Amino acid sequence: MSELAFRAPSFLADTVRIARKDLLIEFRTRSGFLSATVFALLSLAIFRFSWDPTVVASVDLAPGVLWVIFTFSGLLGLNRAFGVEQANNALDGLLASPVSREAIFAGKALGNLMFVLAVQLMALPTLALFFGLPVGPEWLGVVAVAVLAAIGFVAVGTLFAAVASNTRLAEMLLPMLALPFFIPVLIPAAQATSRLLAGFPLGDVAAELKILGAFDIVFVAACTLAFPFTLEE
Amino acid sequence: MHTFPSTLEAPAASEPLTAALVADEVTRKYGARTAVANVSLALAAGDCLALFGPNGAGKTTLLRLLGGLLKPNSGRVTLLGHELPGEAQTRRLLGVISHRSMLYDALTVRENVLFAAECQGLVNAGAATDAVLRQLLVSDRANAPVRALSRGLQQRVSIARALVHGPRLVLLDEPYTGLDQTGARALTEALRALKASGATVVLVTHNLPEGLELATQAAIMCDGAFVHRLPRPANGFDLASYALLYRELVGGGE
Repeated sequence: MSELAFRAPSFLADTVRIARKDLLIEFRTRSGFLSATVFALLSLAIFRFSWDPTVVASVDLAPGVLWVIFTFSGLLGLNRAFGVEQANNALDGLLASPVSREAIFAGKALGNLMFVLAVQLMALPTLALFFGLPVGPEWLGVVAVAVLAAIGFVAVGTLFAAVASNTRLAEMLLPMLALPFFIPVLIPAAQATSRLLAGFPLGDVAAELKILGAFDIVFVAACTLAFPFTLEE
Repeated sequence: MHTFPSTLEAPAASEPLTAALVADEVTRKYGARTAVANVSLALAAGDCLALFGPNGAGKTTLLRLLGGLLKPNSGRVTLLGHELPGEAQTRRLLGVISHRSMLYDALTVRENVLFAAECQGLVNAGAATDAVLRQLLVSDRANAPVRALSRGLQQRVSIARALVHGPRLVLLDEPYTGLDQTGARALTEALRALKASGATVVLVTHNLPEGLELATQAAIMCDGAFVHRLPRPANGFDLASYALLYRELVGGGE
C-alpha cells in the first residue's frame, strides 16, 4: 500500500466521473428513463386525443404540453439521482473521499442534465408528430430554449432532490419544494417556445433567452454553494 | 486471568500530542437526545480501538464523528493534526466500512472498487483495484454485478472499496456482519496488515472475540459515553474476563 501514488483532486474529473457512474447505473437499470419516457409518451397521447384542433390551434397548445411534460418527466429523473446513493448509503463513501461536495453536486447535476436532455430528445419529435407541427429551422431555437431551461431546471432540481432524499417522503416532497423554484425558468421557456413555434424568428425571443441564461448562471452558482449544507445532518 | 479496574476509567484529560487520531470533548446531540457526550480519545499510528456497547450506546455516531461524516455540536476531531472532514488530502487518509455496503448494486464488483479508487485520486487505480480484490479473495467475482452477490461477498467488496487507497485511519462499523469464516479471516488479515503499516483502526462491534483479537485498546460505551477503557494487557485480553466485565457494565449479553 505504501507504493500508492495519488494525483491532486480535479473538480472537472470528479464531476465527469460521478456523472458517468450515474449514467452507467441508469443505462443498466433503465428505471428512471423508462418511467420518464412512458410518462412523456402517455401524456402526449392523452393531450393529443383530448385536443380539439377546431377550438385551439396546435401551436397554441403544444408549448404548454411540452413544458408540462418536461417538468414532470424531469422530476422522475431527479428523484432517482440520490436514490442510488441512499440505497446502500453509498453517499457516505463519497463524502469520506477527497471528492469535494461541489464536485458531487456538479456530477449529479450533469448526470441529471443528460437524463433530461435524453427525455427531451425523445419528446420533441413526438410532440411535432402528434400535433402536426411544421418542422423547420425554428426548431433549432426550440432546442436552444430547451437546453437553456434544462440547465436551470436541473440545478434547482438536483439541490432539492438532495434535500428531499434525507426524508422518508422524498418523492412527494421534491415537487413541492422544487416546483415554485422552477417557475422563473418555465415561464420564459414556455413563452419562447410558443413564439418560436408560431413562426417568430429567433431574434424575437432574445429577451427570454437572456432571462434563461441569467437564471442558469444564478441557479447553478447558488445551488452549488448551497449543496454542501444539504449534506449536514 | 486479568483483573480489571474496579472503578470506571475516565478518558485522559490531556491526550498525547503525538496521537494520530484525537477526539477532544466531542458531543453530538439529536434534538434533546445526546448521542455522544464529551468523549475524548487519542489513538497513535498502529493503534486499534475495539468499541463495544449495546444498541443505541452511541458507537456508530461516535464513529461518524471520528470520520468527519458528522459534525459535533461541541469539541473537535483531528487526524494527524488536521480537523475532519477537512481538506481532500485529509479525507484521503480515511477508510470507512459500515454494515451498509456503500456499493452501487447495478455496478460490478470491479466497477465499484475502481470508482472508489478513482475518487481517491489513485494514479494506478486499476492495478490497486485488482490487488485489493485479490487480497479480499473476491477477484474471481470481479465482473459480477454487486446485486448478484451474497451478503458476505458484498461485505468483502465493501471492505475492498474502503481499503483500496491504503487509508491511515480505518473506521469499521460491524464489519464482520454477514461474513463467513473465510471472509472474516481475510478481513482480519487485511486489518492486521494495515495496523502493521501504521494505520489507526477503530472497530465497532458486538463480537468480543473478533474485536479483541486486533485491539490495542478496548472500550465499552453506554449512553453516549465511555464507561470503561483498557489498553491491551501485555499477554493480551482475556476474553472470559472481558465478557464478564461487559455484562456487569452493560447488563446484557454480547
